[in-house]
Amino acid sequence: MRLEAIANPSWSRRLGFPLIALAATVALGSLLAMLAGADPFATLGLIVKGAAGSRFALLETLNRATPLIFTGLAVAVAFRAKLWNIGAEAQLYAGAVMAVLLGTGALPWPSGLLLPAMAGAAMLAGALVLLGPALLKVRFGVDEVVTTLLFNFVVLLLVSMLLEGPLKDPAGMGWPQSARLTPEARLPRIVDGLRLHWGFALALISAVLVWLIQTRSTLGYEMRAVGLNRQAAEFAGIPVGRVVLKTALLSGGLAALAGFSEVAGLKGNLTLDISPGFGYTGIIVAMLALLNPLGVVITAIFVAGVFVGADSMSRAAGVPSYIANIMLATALLNMVLAIQLSRFRVRWG
Amino acid sequence: MAEILDILLSASFWAAVIRIASPLIFATMGELICERAGVLNLGIEGIMVAGAFAGWMAVYSGMGLWTGVAVAMGAGMLFGLLHATLTVPFGLSQHVVGLGITLLATAASYFAYRLALPRVTTPPRIEAFQPLPIPWLSDLPVVGHALFTQTPLTYLAFVLVAVVSLVLYRTPLGLALRAVGENPSAVAAQGLSVTGLRMGAVMVGSGLMAVGGAFLTMSAFNSFFFEMVNGRGWICIALVVFGAWMPGKALLGAVLFATFDAFQIRLQQTALGADLPYQLFLMLPFLLSILALVIMSRRASVPAALMVPFNRGDR
Repeated sequence: MRLEAIANPSWSRRLGFPLIALAATVALGSLLAMLAGADPFATLGLIVKGAAGSRFALLETLNRATPLIFTGLAVAVAFRAKLWNIGAEAQLYAGAVMAVLLGTGALPWPSGLLLPAMAGAAMLAGALVLLGPALLKVRFGVDEVVTTLLFNFVVLLLVSMLLEGPLKDPAGMGWPQSARLTPEARLPRIVDGLRLHWGFALALISAVLVWLIQTRSTLGYEMRAVGLNRQAAEFAGIPVGRVVLKTALLSGGLAALAGFSEVAGLKGNLTLDISPGFGYTGIIVAMLALLNPLGVVITAIFVAGVFVGADSMSRAAGVPSYIANIMLATALLNMVLAIQLSRFRVRWG
Repeated sequence: MAEILDILLSASFWAAVIRIASPLIFATMGELICERAGVLNLGIEGIMVAGAFAGWMAVYSGMGLWTGVAVAMGAGMLFGLLHATLTVPFGLSQHVVGLGITLLATAASYFAYRLALPRVTTPPRIEAFQPLPIPWLSDLPVVGHALFTQTPLTYLAFVLVAVVSLVLYRTPLGLALRAVGENPSAVAAQGLSVTGLRMGAVMVGSGLMAVGGAFLTMSAFNSFFFEMVNGRGWICIALVVFGAWMPGKALLGAVLFATFDAFQIRLQQTALGADLPYQLFLMLPFLLSILALVIMSRRASVPAALMVPFNRGDR
């Protein structure tokens, strides 16, 4: 078989294939539910209800979406410039550590000063974590996929070391967890009484800012050019290496904000399980959004909904909650295939 | 110093080195075959999880050990088929598909585990492969114990390296496989199927990765834990680079890596280990892999068509 580019794909093609991909994902989910001995329609219904069936469920979904928006943005920014940052997990933890370092009483500042300082320090730490692999890529041509993946393990062990050493909460009964943040260092709720913190608003603002950078700035133009064709970008006089490094700083900083927002907004302290793979899930979020920063907000809420819904369904119907991970990984694969099929015609023989 | 010498001179240390190297050898050979054919397989981490689970589950539900290995290999080949279909004829991003396969294979294994054993807290055990001393050879001092008192799967790992080298460098199939990773157009011009060769390579490679995973549950340990693969797949990708895409050098890399890994485990139990946080020791393998990548990446021996999809008729 052979792929043949379509000059102007029709709307039916561009919408049809992604819809089929989505339907196939839902069909697989039903099949898995049946495999687990549950009624597929009831299972899917329970997932939807658990994700958006009540005000509590919806807020839970938005809370879960917050770190995913950040990591999704981090991946979207990097992948657009063909910088394969698979290390959002490590950058997230770097941001979380900075939030703890500054937010547990080290700086006696009021909230208005302290929170921006924490966010800034978090972004800096995350940016530095990705700068390493980016420099290795630019200077020595070391593939950043493997280095960022390996760094995830290094950083997680480093955090574990900190939590059992200098950052360990003396009042933590021996658990490897940090001390709690001071009240000044906590992100307040957006509306009193609603369990949704300012991290979510910050995520929305970040998405708009990233969109502005990508579509309205020289850097955004250069990042796209480098991603589309490195040689052509170089030929056009774009400093490719420097653009890759700038992309890395932005991407790492965004991922670190996920850690900052989880610690200062949701959890109030740092533990080793603060991220159940938000960094990796960010890849699914970004790809489903076709690397569009505004789309990331929508797909992050969708992906968060699947996770929250599956957790609640699992408690009620007994289908293992890993069904969410299977469905989302399938959605990722289905969707990249669907996008390809909407742009290319398959010729057999 | 005396302690370090003690470690290095003990036969059990070298036996551990070979044991730790075994799963890496399987998976590294698998990845090497894929990459030699021009396909980067980032599904490796998840395929190892799937192999570890499938092999163990097969034996747990009453099958023989070798049947379990075959089941693991089959599971790996199935994910390999999915990977190959998406990346070879459809030419999708090998990065995205590979990571997707890792997420899918991992999630599918965990889902199946929870489905099969809904309420276990301690994972059940199986009767794993036992060491099989080779007569005469195992009686040799030091080397005998380290090399020839291993489980059958370990011997298989070393045989595999020889077979892969032989096929890759001494057969027409190997020539075609290497060519398809360097210059697929030339292979197509010879009338061979680029798609077929690449898909075959990814499937066989993925099968071997799964056997590497199965080694963990069926030979190194005797039960399945979540997160037991713990980055080994990613390390194997680094080992392929370290070995400059050659089976022999990759084997050397795997053994060298295993030596450091076994050494850090022993070092943790010494006086030095008691003073330093254990996480520092656990970090070493990952830092070493990064270092190896930096040193080796300067030599350009990458298959020329690695990660370049081939579409007949494109120029």
